[in-house]
Amino acid sequence: MDEYLQTKGRIFDIQRYSIHDGNGIRTIVFLKGCVLRCRWCCNPESQEYAVQTMMVQGKPKIIGRDITVAQAMEEVEKDRPYYRRSGGGLTLSGGESLCQPQFARDLLRAAWSVGIPTAMESMACAKYEAIESLLPYLDQYLMDIKHMDPKKHKAFTGRENGLMLENAGKVARSGMTELSIRVPVIPTFNDTPEEIRDIARFADKLPGVKRIHLLPYHRLGQDKYEGLGREYLMKDILPPTNEHMEMLKRTVEQNSSLICQIGG
Amino acid sequence: MEKYYTREIPKTDRIPKLVEHLFAKMPEIESARAVLLTESYRETEGQPIIMRRARAFAHILDHLPIIIRDNELVVGSTTIAPRGCQTYPEFSFEWLEAEFDTVANRTADPFYISEQTKKELREVHKYWKGKTTSELATAYMAPEALRAMAHDMFTPGNYFYNGVGHVTVQYEKVLAIGYEGIIAQAKALLEACSVGDGDYARRSRFLQAVIISCEAVIRYARRYSALAEQMAQKETEPQRKAELLQIAQNCANVPAKGAKSFWEACQSFWFVQQLLQVESSGHSISPGRFDQYMYPYYKADLDSGRLTREAAQELIDCVWVKLNDLNKCRDAASAEGFAGYSLFQNLIVGGQDREGQDVTNDLSFMCLSASAHVFLPQPSLSIRVWNGSPQSLLLRAAALTRTGIGLPAYYNDEVIIPSLMSRGLTLQDAREYNIIGCVEPQKAGKTEGWHDAAFYNMCRPLEVVFESGWDKGEFIGVATKPVEEMTSFEEFYDAYKQQQNYFISLLVNADNAIDVAHATLCPLPFESCMVDDCMKRGLSLQEGGAVYNFTGPQGFGIANMADALYAVKKLVFEEKKISMADLKRALALNYGKGLDDASVKDLSLRIVGALKEQGVDVGAQEIAQIVAQVKRMEVSEEDKKKFQEMLELIDQVPKFGNDIPEVDAFARDVAYTYTKPLQEYKNPRGGMFQAGLYPVSANVPLGAQTGATPDGRLAHMPVADGVSPSAGKDVKGPTAAANSVARLDHGIASNGTLFNQKFHPTALSGEKGLDNFVALIRSYFDQKGSHMQFNVVDRETLLDAQAHPDQYRHLVVRVAGYSALFTTLSKSLQDDIIRRTEQGF
Repeated sequence: MDEYLQTKGRIFDIQRYSIHDGNGIRTIVFLKGCVLRCRWCCNPESQEYAVQTMMVQGKPKIIGRDITVAQAMEEVEKDRPYYRRSGGGLTLSGGESLCQPQFARDLLRAAWSVGIPTAMESMACAKYEAIESLLPYLDQYLMDIKHMDPKKHKAFTGRENGLMLENAGKVARSGMTELSIRVPVIPTFNDTPEEIRDIARFADKLPGVKRIHLLPYHRLGQDKYEGLGREYLMKDILPPTNEHMEMLKRTVEQNSSLICQIGG
Repeated sequence: MEKYYTREIPKTDRIPKLVEHLFAKMPEIESARAVLLTESYRETEGQPIIMRRARAFAHILDHLPIIIRDNELVVGSTTIAPRGCQTYPEFSFEWLEAEFDTVANRTADPFYISEQTKKELREVHKYWKGKTTSELATAYMAPEALRAMAHDMFTPGNYFYNGVGHVTVQYEKVLAIGYEGIIAQAKALLEACSVGDGDYARRSRFLQAVIISCEAVIRYARRYSALAEQMAQKETEPQRKAELLQIAQNCANVPAKGAKSFWEACQSFWFVQQLLQVESSGHSISPGRFDQYMYPYYKADLDSGRLTREAAQELIDCVWVKLNDLNKCRDAASAEGFAGYSLFQNLIVGGQDREGQDVTNDLSFMCLSASAHVFLPQPSLSIRVWNGSPQSLLLRAAALTRTGIGLPAYYNDEVIIPSLMSRGLTLQDAREYNIIGCVEPQKAGKTEGWHDAAFYNMCRPLEVVFESGWDKGEFIGVATKPVEEMTSFEEFYDAYKQQQNYFISLLVNADNAIDVAHATLCPLPFESCMVDDCMKRGLSLQEGGAVYNFTGPQGFGIANMADALYAVKKLVFEEKKISMADLKRALALNYGKGLDDASVKDLSLRIVGALKEQGVDVGAQEIAQIVAQVKRMEVSEEDKKKFQEMLELIDQVPKFGNDIPEVDAFARDVAYTYTKPLQEYKNPRGGMFQAGLYPVSANVPLGAQTGATPDGRLAHMPVADGVSPSAGKDVKGPTAAANSVARLDHGIASNGTLFNQKFHPTALSGEKGLDNFVALIRSYFDQKGSHMQFNVVDRETLLDAQAHPDQYRHLVVRVAGYSALFTTLSKSLQDDIIRRTEQGF
């Protein structure tokens, strides 16, 4: 067996029949560990690399397990008939997949080498070398850009955005993958037309980028904070209304040539 | 240029008016047919049965009250009341008389019945005592089969108490040559007979019966023509007046002659469809490939400019409404099993012609639109899917599914065609298949398929295994070894198969007895003249006149049995974590979760049976004491704890529906324990038995007859639906469930399989949602699944509909093989639908 199939990584879930994260019907492998600490994060159990215990419906559940690329592929292979019919495939998500660069690369390579289309959701918050090494195996890059203002970015996510924006440009210029931009729309953080407009203008200038997705904030992760014994800082924030999302979509369309969609 | 017109044509104002009128009141039972039938029978005593049937049919059609409802373009109503029903005492009547005072208040499918109607029916029922098919069938049945039925091992209730139906006739023949043409054929065949032929007596009377029946149908249509003419004279509104005059003209021409316009074709089709259901009470009389046989009339009118697409759509919509005007009253127990006033008139679009080419046309799309326009459960709309199906048609179908109507059901040519060929159909005939009723494939105009011949509960034989052939204090099965003494899983599984085989043989006995009763007392000349080779053979369908003859009883509970047997294999024999004695006790005591009245009765009967076996004389007083003791019986805390641990262990065992190859292969083998033995049997029409794996909605009421099972299912809860995983046990999402289900052998279940999935509307949102949905269906079909259907509603909607039925009178859900109005379903069935795993996230 090829050595790279034995690379180990830490994941916290594998979700089949995902239809909002890349083309077609997909299987998402969620990698554990993240560089950011976004306040609205709907997968708080993804943030720590360490294996954790989370209370789920009153019962303790171990979050995080170590598996090899080959083991992950066994699960990914199960829905191959659906990928073939829908144009779907494997999607890496997190956490930030690039926190485990070797595992991410080898898993993408394993899928790519058996003809399964690949995608990755990521903030590009890593050294460019790590990104560069997996680009040959990546069909779709769904890249988060959350804000253009470094200070505000830092206040809400814990890090400034310089490295990510720089990497966005590099990925786009490489021409090696289909890059799309995703924006989580978070009230009190980035939901004004001006903030969304600035992201859209930036994305529009990235060579080859055609699509931007506005992902409305939702509260489905709230219970998980309790389960982890953490406080949910967004308790009082309501999800944006459909009308507001439509207005932001129009803002994007007026300020860029991008195709804008609400949701994944 | 597109080969077909795919644009959505809007509905006209007429359609909501027709629908509103139809659903304004509770449906009503009328007595006219039963009275007329009995009048005729009284006058034809001693004549050949086929002639008596024809004369009764003619007498009914000559005198049945007729009505043209407001705004109708296609006319012909079996009852004066909208959605009313006639009764059919020649098949059975006792249940109806017993339920006269409750039928209007029951939860599933209530019917209003007036005191006058009750009086009239009581009067005619006196004649039918001792003369019904159900009584004759009972007389033909083996005592052990009757005993097994009394113990709810299987239920052949459908044909036991009703006509057979379950047929698709040659609509295209009536559209082309009319009944005058068929009469001419019958006369020519009669001419060709010689009075000295060995089968002259039977053959000649059959052909004469066909002629009498067809002439009666022509007269019936002319009554409508005259009525329309009269109404036109009085009508002041010019447009309606013109419509009525055209209706009068149409009914004078068809179905006597071949149809000359699309409107005439719709009218002709309708008389066939309606009158088949006046001749007998059988349901699932399925229009089949409507988009194919109607197309020449549509095309000719469109090409000549006589018809616009809008007008054609309106006519199709009107036919769709009419299909909901027919109704049927079943006994209370069956009404639970077939809930939703459904007649299962299955109509299918798309697919291939006899040469294997795709046949999608304009009408295929317009049929999908019609279901969206009328938004009613009938017809049971289906679509054939094969590798050559146009994506545009499937996307349109998916858009209809997304509305939540539960239609269409999707069928896989790539499984069904070879499956039918394995049963003796030619390649050409198999390619032209359509669906009968829920999910049963057949070749139209050539088949008497007896497709819905019985419900067979695969869980019950396992209960009998635990009691070594006993059930509720009576010995009904095979004397297999006490389970506590079994030393290997193979021994246990073998005992299950022995019980299964035995009950299958009894099921066959019961079905064949009913089959003979229908041939003897209720041959149907009108239906038979539209199915080959009845006319040439001079035999009715009931006597074996069809080219293809089958009997298809449906097994259900596969997921429960797969999970149950697998749990026994793992926990009792391999891991030895549970002893067989403990499991047996846990099942008898419902895992310590409390005994309902049915369980108390079961246990008491068991004790009484055991006492009798020992020669103890048990009287009424002793029985009352035993019941009282069982009721008071407390399961000890220690046992409760033990049983709870047992349930947790069972819960940990892998379950069918989660894409685990070992478990799925096991389930495949369990399904074979039903499908393989069954196909060895023959029916009296010279055909074979073939299994279906689908439950209609009987998984709820028949689950209520089943005690606790080793898969952790508590006593009297619903069993799994069709080939779907047990409710809530599939936790890996829709693709995993579909992969598991596809691992069953769908080809051998040639009478159809049924796989239900439920989605939130959001899982199908946008164009991308539809694309992915179609991909899901195609991928399941790539893996040789046979059928797939969907409920698209959210849980909140269903809960709200349960709480406020008045606001949801038109909420259609897919129950199992057909769609029904949610609010008309019984509470338990509503709960079951809500409980089914919601897929999509």
